[in-house]
Amino acid sequence: MRGVSIVGAGQTSFGEHWEKSFKELIAEAGIKAIDDSGLARKDIQAVYGGCMASGRFIGQEHIGALIADQLGLNPIPSTRLEAACASGGVALRNGYIAVASGLYDIVAVGGIEKMTEVSTEDASFALGGAGDQETELFMGATFPALYALMARSHMKEFGTTEEQMASVSVKNHKNAVHNPFAQFRTEITVEQVMQSGYVASPLKLLDCSPISDGAAAVILCASDVAKKMKMDGKAVEIIASTQASDTLALAHRHNLYETRAAKIAADQAYKQAGIKPADVSFAEAHDCFSAAEIMAIEALGFCKQGEGGKFTEQGNTALNGAIPVNTSGGLKACGHPVAATGVKQAIEAYLQLNEMAGKRQVRGAETGLTHNVGGSGATAVVHIYRRL
Amino acid sequence: MTQGALPLHWRKYPERYRLEGNINIETGQEFFPARVVDPRAGRKGLLQSKEMPREGKILSWTEVFVGPVGFDNETPYFLAIVELANGVRILTQIVDSEKEKVKIGAKVRKMFRKISDTDAEGAIAYGYKFKVVH
Repeated sequence: MRGVSIVGAGQTSFGEHWEKSFKELIAEAGIKAIDDSGLARKDIQAVYGGCMASGRFIGQEHIGALIADQLGLNPIPSTRLEAACASGGVALRNGYIAVASGLYDIVAVGGIEKMTEVSTEDASFALGGAGDQETELFMGATFPALYALMARSHMKEFGTTEEQMASVSVKNHKNAVHNPFAQFRTEITVEQVMQSGYVASPLKLLDCSPISDGAAAVILCASDVAKKMKMDGKAVEIIASTQASDTLALAHRHNLYETRAAKIAADQAYKQAGIKPADVSFAEAHDCFSAAEIMAIEALGFCKQGEGGKFTEQGNTALNGAIPVNTSGGLKACGHPVAATGVKQAIEAYLQLNEMAGKRQVRGAETGLTHNVGGSGATAVVHIYRRL
Repeated sequence: MTQGALPLHWRKYPERYRLEGNINIETGQEFFPARVVDPRAGRKGLLQSKEMPREGKILSWTEVFVGPVGFDNETPYFLAIVELANGVRILTQIVDSEKEKVKIGAKVRKMFRKISDTDAEGAIAYGYKFKVVH
């Protein structure tokens, strides 16, 4: 396997894009990424596009072909990948594998979701498909409900509090203020989170990531080729790419208070990169709900199991903390156009490692990690990055 | 959007009406819903239908205030992960129970209830829900 680097990145802003179509979002992110890489369209040999539920959101399938067509990339192969909220991370990993294997030198990876064209109830139903349709959604389980069941179990097991969970949202909103692409660039307080209404107790509205539109894309290039073509100025190498799975239904997990697939993927990623959790300078973690980030930082080994709430409340994951988490604002405040998220996380790593993150720049950032989760934890994808 | 894309109801009757799962008769491991392959034993051992116990306890619960299509008129409602007497865990609604009694560790018993009536063909879906017994 040879080294693979990100040599270009582009994204739309995340939010409610009433004015832009699915195709326009893809074109915007894709063109920005290609332009950023300095490559020509003819240099790209294949496309891997993540998309979770376009069929339910806009009635459109066959997204692989749509992306290649929209970006004028025909006739190269273009494939859609779906792994619920981890679709973007899985697309990135498949692009990585294609280049690492030697099959291609240069590929484009993207993630897209347009979620605001249906009602909240319909969006909730579409997202419910990330769980087990027959035993979860059929019984009335929404995604907030599944994570609420995990959150309450974590509270019972470790004494995690609703205020500690709220501190995740507060931190991520604070980071998003400095991200021009973020959906919510406003600070919130623990009190505001606590006073927001329950969506599924103990999770409140401000514990939940929003419904968003957006697209994100990166260009991957074999590291040796990037050096030869003198494209290594901003190149960020993917030094680990791992993925793990767990039972689709939450009830069948080993327990409710940990995300085992994420832990396995993280352990394998650290081994692949030859580093320890303490070597990570910053991370983008999958905070679809505040409680999810608490379980994520435990799975990633930034703190001990059960201590994620306290660890966050004490400021360890803040921008100036020991291990800044979700400098982009995370899913909570940057927004969560489902399949775009996993690719946006990689873009945040690319920006941070190139010291292009503006006011949210982590000083001396050397090693970045992204953690992308599908469903209630049935798919987990972890990537680790360093400057080439 | 409706739940019309669901598998035909009748195929699910044993599972949803009677809580029928299966058991690997060599290892004694039980499953709900019934599995085709035992994840631990692979294809070794014989899987036979078995009704799950009707009693269990709440492992975790939530009160849902924003429901998906088909449940938007039912809110708020309780959902729980229940561990049945044989150790098998299921996700279910908790009904007919006082709010204070819905808590971790509470003993629950299976009930037969309407689940939803939004099926595209107009069929009403019935199945299991649980209630707190004391």
